[in-house]
Amino acid sequence: MKLSRKWLNDFVDITDISDRDFAAAMTMSGSIIEGYSYPGADITNVVVGKIMEVAQHPNADRLLVCTVDVGKSDSVTIVTGANNIKVGDIVPVALDGATLPGGIEIKKTTMRGVASDGMLCSIDELSVTSNDFPGTDSSGILILSDDNNDISLDNVELGDDIRPVLGLDDSVAEFEITPNRPDCLSVIGLARETSAVFERPLNISRPTVKAGHGDISDYLEVEIESDLCSRYAARVVTDVKIEPSPAWLRERLRASGVRPINNIVDITNYVMLEYGQPMHAFDYSCIDGKKIVVRTSGKGETIDTLDDKERTLMENTLLICDETKPIAIAGVMGGANSEITEDTKVIVFESANFDGPSVRRTATSIGMRTESSARFEKGLDPENVIPALERACELIELLGAGRVIEGIIDCYPAPQERTSLELDADRINSILGTQLSEDFMKSILNRLGFEIDGNTVRVPSWRQDVQIVHDLAEEVARLYGYDNIPMTLMKGDITIGALSQQQRTEKVIENTLYALGYSDIITYSFIGTSSYDKIRMPGDSPLRNSVRIMNPLGEDTSIMRTVSLPSMMEALGRNYKNRNDWAHLFELATVYHPRNDDLPEERKVVTLGVYDEEFDFFDLKGDLEVVLESLRIDYRFIKSNKHPAYHPGQCAEVYSGSKLIGVFGQVHPAVTDSYGIDTRVYAAELDFNTMFDSIQQETMYRPIDKFPSIERDMAVVCDQSVPAGDLVDTVLRVSGELLKSCEIFDVYTGDQVPKGKKSVALSLIYRHADRTLTDAEVDDLFNLSLSALGKEFGAVLR
Amino acid sequence: MREKLESLKVSAEEALSRASDSRELESLRVRYLGKKGELTAILKQMGSLAPEERPVMGALANDVRNRIEEMLGKRSVEIEALELEKKLQDEDLDITLPSKRKVLGHKHPMNILQDEIVEIFRSMGFVVAEGPEIETPYYNFTALNTPEGHPARDVQDTFYFSDDLLLRTQTSSVQIRAMENMSPPIRLIAPGRVYRKDDVDATHSPMFHQIEGLVVDKNITMGDLKGTLDTLFKELYGKDIKTRFRPHHFPFTEPSAEMDLSCFACRGQGCRVCKGEGWIEMLGCGVVHPRVLEYCNIDPTVYTGFAFGLGTERMTMLRYEIEDMRLLFENDMRFLSQF
Repeated sequence: MKLSRKWLNDFVDITDISDRDFAAAMTMSGSIIEGYSYPGADITNVVVGKIMEVAQHPNADRLLVCTVDVGKSDSVTIVTGANNIKVGDIVPVALDGATLPGGIEIKKTTMRGVASDGMLCSIDELSVTSNDFPGTDSSGILILSDDNNDISLDNVELGDDIRPVLGLDDSVAEFEITPNRPDCLSVIGLARETSAVFERPLNISRPTVKAGHGDISDYLEVEIESDLCSRYAARVVTDVKIEPSPAWLRERLRASGVRPINNIVDITNYVMLEYGQPMHAFDYSCIDGKKIVVRTSGKGETIDTLDDKERTLMENTLLICDETKPIAIAGVMGGANSEITEDTKVIVFESANFDGPSVRRTATSIGMRTESSARFEKGLDPENVIPALERACELIELLGAGRVIEGIIDCYPAPQERTSLELDADRINSILGTQLSEDFMKSILNRLGFEIDGNTVRVPSWRQDVQIVHDLAEEVARLYGYDNIPMTLMKGDITIGALSQQQRTEKVIENTLYALGYSDIITYSFIGTSSYDKIRMPGDSPLRNSVRIMNPLGEDTSIMRTVSLPSMMEALGRNYKNRNDWAHLFELATVYHPRNDDLPEERKVVTLGVYDEEFDFFDLKGDLEVVLESLRIDYRFIKSNKHPAYHPGQCAEVYSGSKLIGVFGQVHPAVTDSYGIDTRVYAAELDFNTMFDSIQQETMYRPIDKFPSIERDMAVVCDQSVPAGDLVDTVLRVSGELLKSCEIFDVYTGDQVPKGKKSVALSLIYRHADRTLTDAEVDDLFNLSLSALGKEFGAVLR
Repeated sequence: MREKLESLKVSAEEALSRASDSRELESLRVRYLGKKGELTAILKQMGSLAPEERPVMGALANDVRNRIEEMLGKRSVEIEALELEKKLQDEDLDITLPSKRKVLGHKHPMNILQDEIVEIFRSMGFVVAEGPEIETPYYNFTALNTPEGHPARDVQDTFYFSDDLLLRTQTSSVQIRAMENMSPPIRLIAPGRVYRKDDVDATHSPMFHQIEGLVVDKNITMGDLKGTLDTLFKELYGKDIKTRFRPHHFPFTEPSAEMDLSCFACRGQGCRVCKGEGWIEMLGCGVVHPRVLEYCNIDPTVYTGFAFGLGTERMTMLRYEIEDMRLLFENDMRFLSQF
């Protein structure tokens, strides 16, 4: 909402308050001023001048040399290319050093041998238009003294600043009005706030209309057929003369960001801005049957709106109709069929109250939010209907734009009940944490237009947002000043600020991964179906069943991901494309699985992704071991070739007992390729909840071994296809509890062993808890292992 | 023989004092005291002495042996020290050469901030609550005093899966679920992802993050809200940081406020970060609307509360002077590794 401070001064005099102080005080009371615009801010050193002489330029046919009186002892010489000037004209003169809109600077210069002290300005150069100043010639110099325009030169002297002459000396405050305060989308509404904030008197006078001829009942009848319209008022004006509005009115519209059109349209806009009540004017000659009917639309009904578009309406759109046809979409836009034109002679002013949600639905459905609909949709004060209508008619008479017919039509089937609340000062203080007196509260409410009767507060009609004691508390607080409410710390029962077990587990995982060199990423939860193709997900995979957004931004953000790999691949791909040498990333990513008859299931997946020349499968395997051990999970890895996103020979599943935690390995080259990555990528996807459920209880202390251990190395030769880990499993199984560890320390293939064979070297550690083992005991166990390896795998001692 | 012993002692003392490394010392030990050494050779001649001279020479020979052993021991300590010193000299390093460093992962700046905020609230007795991102309109709107037909429910702003299912537009939905499942006193914060139908640009993203806070107890006031948030920001940015509260409007709080923070970059003087204002708009907050408590079956005549919600992206961007929100979701190592 743009507010002209000049206009505001009509209702509350704060001329002595600086823009800065006004903004600070209004903002702190809840009417946020986001900034100011100064219509003439770019114009400096442009003055009023009078052309004393005009001579042909000696060296140029198209240039004139003018002698201009700018109120100083010496006149100035200006060379101009314009041809609409003559001696005696009053014109805007940009003097040496002047600035004009668009960053233009005017300097003394010499044009074809004649010195020019500045420039005569056109309206374009002053950044106004012929709409703002009807009758001016936009092609030449702006002639202020031209009778064709209505620029007033009363009290203007030569040499005066041009800005006040053109009404460009205003400050326009840009307000951000919260949706609960549609009353503040008006000059009067903001004047009320200003008056309350600065404790200055508010001067709002009831408009007076002389009228005095005719009788409206001879002209019009109004019928409301829908309860979406709570009030409909109308007046008729005859003998209308369509012409431009006067300068002061145009200036105020312009300051408020509204383009002046003609006196009738301008009046409706002016009243909307001043009172916050949208108005409409119909050409009476287009209304069939002397009748206005407010009704909702039927199926497929259409109307041509003022912007010359045919609109097909949703059923139950509120319409203003005459006896035969719709003539306006209520609260949104008028119809082309009843538009004010230059030939309009009789008009009907409409001032009405329409249901907010209905107007909003309509405006949204036809994609047309207007100044009018933006106000209606927040819910307006039906009591404002008549004052606004009267103001429009008052302006008609003031402007001499027509003759107002006697009488008002006012259909108001169920007048609004005013809200009354009890003023409970203790309750308000307990909400705010203050100790304000009841009298102080009353004085604040009074300033805001609330009527106080004993302990009863009558809420003004324009404050439908005030319904409960909390609303009164806010009114008191915002004028008392939120800053004056003392800061306190909560009292009451102590609460424990602990993380849940799950949240702590997440932290353990994150911290382990940071320590292992992984950086966390944040990716969008929505992806496109093509992401499933890119990770080679089979067409019949149940994971393709995703929750789908009805109104997505685009196809690639249209479904909620059921897997986290595509987002990780995209992040890796972006790093690769940006030529980062390596990336080690992780995300605690949420995935979303649809469920019948319930909200979708949201699960977290610990997702790792790496590309790095120095990194291979066993680096990833080691990192996962660290993560799983940091969580005390008893895990095992089982090789798998069932995951199409992964390399069939470099992929494993992670189990705890029989529970599948996840999968990891080298990402399938076809997948990396689809993300534009031309190097090996490793990834892991571990289900957080399964991991959490697999966490083992805290271990108890075990005495540290007292007796020495005996170490033996064993190198066996077996078929290359035998997984080395299976050898270890067998040795561990047959050796019993005296074997404390069995680790692979070397795997060899080459000349020293037969073709198709490999040598696996194991390091074995034996120990007894209660005594020193003998060599003989260890030899027995060693041989037992060896024969088991021989039997199960055909392995022989090397 | 006495002379031989005396001269052996002198020559050994001299040789030992000249010895410069442990190998030389060892060869001297063998030469003088070894089985085939000089002292043994002299002692072998003991048999040729007169019996009365033997004990005297024996004693003298022992003195000589002791003296040589003592010298050996002393020199050995000295030489070891010298050799250690030399070894250390040889091991002198150019410590400006590159390290064999382990790479440490980087925490995403939003998570740095979120963790800090969570820690501060935990110290004030808040628990961390979570709720579904895919929500029903009831939890996202209705129970937050945003009835059907309210502009906030517009399809233009909200992603819908169906009429009954949407992506939450605010973490405030967690308030409702928490109040249904807990009884006062409630102190919780709920960090999480939220979604609004905004195209991606430097200051917008269809997915972003909020941190919601809720307190419900007896005698909770707006002053407590101010004090709690003031504590948060003083902990985050220092004791000289100021908070400022302005009236605002949210359907689920009354009175409602927006909180500004005195600029942490310029300490309120006016700079690029605060666009010369000295204040930065930080968050929305207010006293929990009694209708919201009623929806959760908490008696608003007994309990009051306050709530607040801050935008993690915005706070992160302001704190690290990140000018484009897209950087937060691009996950480029060149960005991440700066934190």
